[in-house]
Amino acid sequence: MRIDVNAFLGAYPWREVPGTSPDALLAAMDRVGIDEAWVTHLPGVFGREVPEGNRRLAAAAADRRLRPVPIVHPALREWDAVVRDAARARAPAVRCDPTFLGLDPAGAEARALVGACGRAGLPLMMAVRLEDGRQRHADDEAPELPAAAVRALIRSDPSACIIVTHADRGFIEEVHFGSTPAEASRLWWDISWVWGPPEDHLATLLKTIGADRFVFGTGQPLRIPETSVAKLDLLDLAPAQRAAIEGGNARSLGEGGRARGEG
Amino acid sequence: MLIDVHAHFYHERAPRADWRERNTSRLRAGERIGITIHVASVLGSWGATSPVYFPSPADVVDGNDRLLALQRAHPDRIRAYACVNPNYTAHAVAEITRCLDAGMIGIKLAASRRADDPLLDPIVDAARRRGVPVLQHVWQHRRRDWPGQEASDAVELCRLARRHPGVSFILAHIGGGGDWRHSLAAVRDVPNVYVDLSGSGVDGGMLEACLESAGLERLLWGSDLTMDTGWAKLRYLESLLGREQLELVRWRNAARIFPRGAFPDA
Repeated sequence: MRIDVNAFLGAYPWREVPGTSPDALLAAMDRVGIDEAWVTHLPGVFGREVPEGNRRLAAAAADRRLRPVPIVHPALREWDAVVRDAARARAPAVRCDPTFLGLDPAGAEARALVGACGRAGLPLMMAVRLEDGRQRHADDEAPELPAAAVRALIRSDPSACIIVTHADRGFIEEVHFGSTPAEASRLWWDISWVWGPPEDHLATLLKTIGADRFVFGTGQPLRIPETSVAKLDLLDLAPAQRAAIEGGNARSLGEGGRARGEG
Repeated sequence: MLIDVHAHFYHERAPRADWRERNTSRLRAGERIGITIHVASVLGSWGATSPVYFPSPADVVDGNDRLLALQRAHPDRIRAYACVNPNYTAHAVAEITRCLDAGMIGIKLAASRRADDPLLDPIVDAARRRGVPVLQHVWQHRRRDWPGQEASDAVELCRLARRHPGVSFILAHIGGGGDWRHSLAAVRDVPNVYVDLSGSGVDGGMLEACLESAGLERLLWGSDLTMDTGWAKLRYLESLLGREQLELVRWRNAARIFPRGAFPDA
């Protein structure tokens, strides 16, 4: 069972990206052997059409291989209702990228959101970046998510759980070893931006931090999903470790969402 | 057959203590990916005694010697580019002669001088005389100077390529950062510029744009610092191309621009 926790539908505002429809995403999943994808409406990451995008996600989820990860904009009215609805709908997570919304990533709105998500039993998903900083459009000026913000958010509420996507080795190490073991146990990292050989950043992290903190993510369709599969194919992982990264860890997170939604 | 046209190896004078592990890791990953030949460069002392992108003449010689030693140690797997610093033009030309005589098969220009600078002309003349390609480090759409390098972009490389139509140029790491669309627009009508697919970037749409702009016969497979992304791009191309088309990217295009006999017979 391979679960991509980090996938998107909808247009990217800064360049043309192919394959942004549900059908195209499903075809890409078939191509690389992904059984399930957690999907976010990409325009909503930038604060555009957030309610409409979340509704489109719900419609796309008619295909049970796509699980919606709704956007929550904590500066919009009734954002907490989106969290409650996501929990009721058994979403595996909700997503918010504060810097893309012009918000302080560790400010009052973000803290309120991570706390509300924690109390609802929902992981909050956040991206460090969506594109390499060297290639971003000249007008695409939102800062990357700072590691300090993730440390502040995970400390801000003992129920908070955060899935961080598109983080590199340095970011992951800074936050993991800058947190208590209890705090670090509420953080998960997708592997999409971690380098493989010859630098072997992913292999190093799996040794120093452990496979239980990592989930399979791709960032598709902004990035080709073959990359995350290739990273794993270049490792010498025990079958149980690989299964945990590819789906087991995400399944535990997602099932937690389901169980809480039923409550 | 699979030829990686953009590889690097480290050595004991490099500032990083894990140089041996990184070299071993590259060769081991290459075995898993199925890389037949790593065509590599060493950028001087990798910063130990002169800057990575501005290596001193002494470091150029030392780095090239260490790479030649690696090539001799792994004759079935490693080939080499002669790395030179064009600011020391006479030295660079002499070093190219020395390294090619010793078995290197190409020239690596990093970021010591802009690609369209006339100082590069004697170096490219040497490439033409010896029939070897020039791999040019490129920042895809450089909008400002970056610390530590005098990086070139595709427009500047294409100016050089137009001055030397008989030489093959490799535009380095299209996925290596910066706006690759800017580079692909620049190379479209410059037939002696080949696009190396290496780099950590794996953007959706990038490979389709490479095919559309440079065409199948001007794409070269490579990895640079991230072999996982290189393998991913190869896998993605398998879904876009037929077997014979894929062979062009895997090795046939490279075999065409490197000297005859540089690689094992296919």
